[in-house]
Amino acid sequence: MPAYNLLINGKQHTADVAADTPLLWVLRDHLGLLGTKYGCGVAQCGACTVHLNGAAVKSCVLPVSAIKTSAVTTIEGLSELGDHPVQAAWDEVDVPQCGYCQAGQIMTAAALLKKNAHPADKEIAAAMNGNICRCGAYHRIHEAIKLAGTKI
Amino acid sequence: MSTQHTTSRRDFLKLSSLAGGGLLLGFSWFSSEAEVPTLLKAPPAGTMGFNSYLSISTDGVITISSPNPELGQNIMTSFPMIVAEELDADWTKVKVIQAPLDTKGFDRQLTGGSGAVPHSWNKLRTAGATARFMLIQAAAKKWNVPAEECTAANSVVTHSSGKQLGYGELAEAAAALPVPKEVKFKNAKDFKLIGTAIKNVANKSIITGKPLFGMDFYRPGMLFAMIQRPEAFGTKIKSVDSAAAKAMPGIVDVVVFQNNVAIVGKSTWEVAKARKAVKIIYEPDGAVESTADHDALFKSLLDTGTATVRRKNGDVDAAFAGAAKTIKRDYQCPFIAHAPMEPMNFFAHVREDGVELIGPTQTPASAQTATAKLLNIPEDRITLEITRLGGGFGRRLKFDYVVEAAELSKLINAPVKVIWSREDDMSGGSYRPAVRYRFEAALDAAGNLVGYKCRGVGINAGNPTREDNFPSGAVPNLLIDCIEHKSAITTGPWRAPITNFLGFAEQAFLDEVAEAAKKDPVQFRLELLEKAKAAPVGEIKYDINRMITVIKTAAEKAGWGKLPGVSQGFSVYFSHRSYVAQVCNVLMQAGKPVVQKITAVSDCGQVINLSGAKQQVMGGIVDGLGHAMYSKLSFKNGAAEQKNFNTYRLIRMQEIPEVETHFIDNGIDPTGLGEPALPPTGGAVANAIFKATGKRIYTQPFIEDANFKTI
Ligand code: FES
Ligand code: FES
Repeated sequence: MPAYNLLINGKQHTADVAADTPLLWVLRDHLGLLGTKYGCGVAQCGACTVHLNGAAVKSCVLPVSAIKTSAVTTIEGLSELGDHPVQAAWDEVDVPQCGYCQAGQIMTAAALLKKNAHPADKEIAAAMNGNICRCGAYHRIHEAIKLAGTKI
Repeated sequence: MSTQHTTSRRDFLKLSSLAGGGLLLGFSWFSSEAEVPTLLKAPPAGTMGFNSYLSISTDGVITISSPNPELGQNIMTSFPMIVAEELDADWTKVKVIQAPLDTKGFDRQLTGGSGAVPHSWNKLRTAGATARFMLIQAAAKKWNVPAEECTAANSVVTHSSGKQLGYGELAEAAAALPVPKEVKFKNAKDFKLIGTAIKNVANKSIITGKPLFGMDFYRPGMLFAMIQRPEAFGTKIKSVDSAAAKAMPGIVDVVVFQNNVAIVGKSTWEVAKARKAVKIIYEPDGAVESTADHDALFKSLLDTGTATVRRKNGDVDAAFAGAAKTIKRDYQCPFIAHAPMEPMNFFAHVREDGVELIGPTQTPASAQTATAKLLNIPEDRITLEITRLGGGFGRRLKFDYVVEAAELSKLINAPVKVIWSREDDMSGGSYRPAVRYRFEAALDAAGNLVGYKCRGVGINAGNPTREDNFPSGAVPNLLIDCIEHKSAITTGPWRAPITNFLGFAEQAFLDEVAEAAKKDPVQFRLELLEKAKAAPVGEIKYDINRMITVIKTAAEKAGWGKLPGVSQGFSVYFSHRSYVAQVCNVLMQAGKPVVQKITAVSDCGQVINLSGAKQQVMGGIVDGLGHAMYSKLSFKNGAAEQKNFNTYRLIRMQEIPEVETHFIDNGIDPTGLGEPALPPTGGAVANAIFKATGKRIYTQPFIEDANFKTI
């Protein structure tokens, strides 16, 4: 199997896996980065969202061979101390219920705010529509994004 | 592969080792015979007869162990809040840990039925109040003053002279004192924590992506497995050809057991790939059913089936024969999946000397019992560690996925984590059962409801009625009955079992009856309740006054009937001991009804954590609206037709309305909130859509309702 050199959260990692292995499973099974979650495997739920060169992507459908030199950021690397404005807002607004979807929600939100620090309500809903929260925490997710926007 | 799992087990042991230098108060929260807390001199290992405890270390850290599984209902925060309230603890110094399963000490280590807080309320308060009492005694002794001259607040005992000692400084001395037989609880008006908004204690771990969930359990040398279960209910394996799969990279074995083919390997992706190379042929094993068959069956059973009577008052036949007006409507409820965001999974290691089970379960004790039975070993040889649950909604009350992992581990003689793909999760059964209801009402010339019938026909649904719920007790002639059809398709409890759909059907029907009676829907319900109060018909098992209060408050808060241009729908439902009324506002936009706002008034007794309570109501409403509007699982030749979120539709952010929440403050002990906000939602929405469009909805999901489609 080929060895892939990956730049994840600012560090170089090597993974010896098949070319079609989705980044999600490289992170979880091979690199021990467990914050990125599996929810559907078919780009429908957003639980597996990471950043690829700063943009939100669904890692369950991203083969490791396609990453090449792109920089990957996972929830573990979003901030050193867990205090990225989006993370801080998530705590402030008390968003999580079961919490399983939240890493993906946070990564999608952080990528949105990077492009657009003050999104309108409609823009927030459109950007977040690919992330399912089965617990129905959507109201607070929305509120936390607005709050984080004021702090970026 | 690295080991990332930091489990509660490790915290548990660490905590236990602090026993030498602090107050460890163990108490059986859930066993009825042991209400008085017992002081622990040694760490509370599973063998000591109690395993739920609060401890105070000499440095003032208060550790509270939460025995019930956390699945997003926020009990890891609300349980400790109750203890800390009676303890007068400094909340910033409280630490919460998840207790592992111990059937000797706990009586109900289970999460379901909105029962966790109501069940534990007094026991949690006793735990806190007892420790507080002992800490005050210890301080009084040290200062040589009467205990009555001492008060406690914020983890500090203060004497009337101004002298102070912190709980940490007092812990050792307090531990040497006798445990009081009786303690006094605080008055609700003195609550400092209870009723306030306290943030989820797991927030930091969740937002930084810590491995909290069963899926996140990894251990060096552990194998990964996926299991191909029969795609269609009512079929069994005829033959399996696994030669190609076995030869694929990373695959350790392919094992056939029960009706399962397990693909075992060294990583999730390798297993998922090899799974596609296994060739399995199935053959029929009983009836292979389709949704189209069910639809026909429902209608014939409603018309001519033999029903079991659940409640009967007066003479319905006479009431309907003499009625000025009768109404008869059917409501169709589809199967739906639980679809928690974290699919089913469990780790099992069956060894000679014992069995280790780790993962997300709502019902650890039953899982342990079933595993013991299957492996034919004593229960005490099995340890079960409860991880955080990525949602449950009732699915993890079943333990099929735990037992299966144990069986596989035994067969392959290795530690293994069984992972369900989303497709497995959705096609693997235990659905909210499909049900069809027929409601009938008889009105006299003055518009009084004089006769009422409800028949429920369900697939593996048991009794799909709630025969003693409103309007039972308010109608002189009433008949509630049901018929069950047995099927190979497995069903189980789904958040607010039965009432999640029945609430919609009943409240939509009553709206139509009110219209026929030419009465305002809110007034119509209030009149019925007043009647039930004045002259109850048979036994009444709901609290009429609590229901009246939520109805009136919801109408007031939502401006019922006072918003020009807004179409409003009303609904009220009593379930799981609590009362929730909702008003839905619908606006027409480009000829389509848009759910703009839902106002909810809940009476769940004492609110513990205002932040968590609001979450449960908002989440329940989103859940109720989403499933009423969009979700459906159908079957073709025994197989689920929707297997992932591309065909099984869940509500998303663009589809949520504004939600406003209110709570009734009435000093009643907590009555539960995980489920009660969900059942009223579908009715409020359907009734508002009717107001806006003149179209009544009889089918879920609404988007498939024949009338809704004509809008
Ligand atoms: S797991 Fe990737 S989108 Fe669902
Ligand atoms: S918090 Fe449970 S799925 Fe979003």
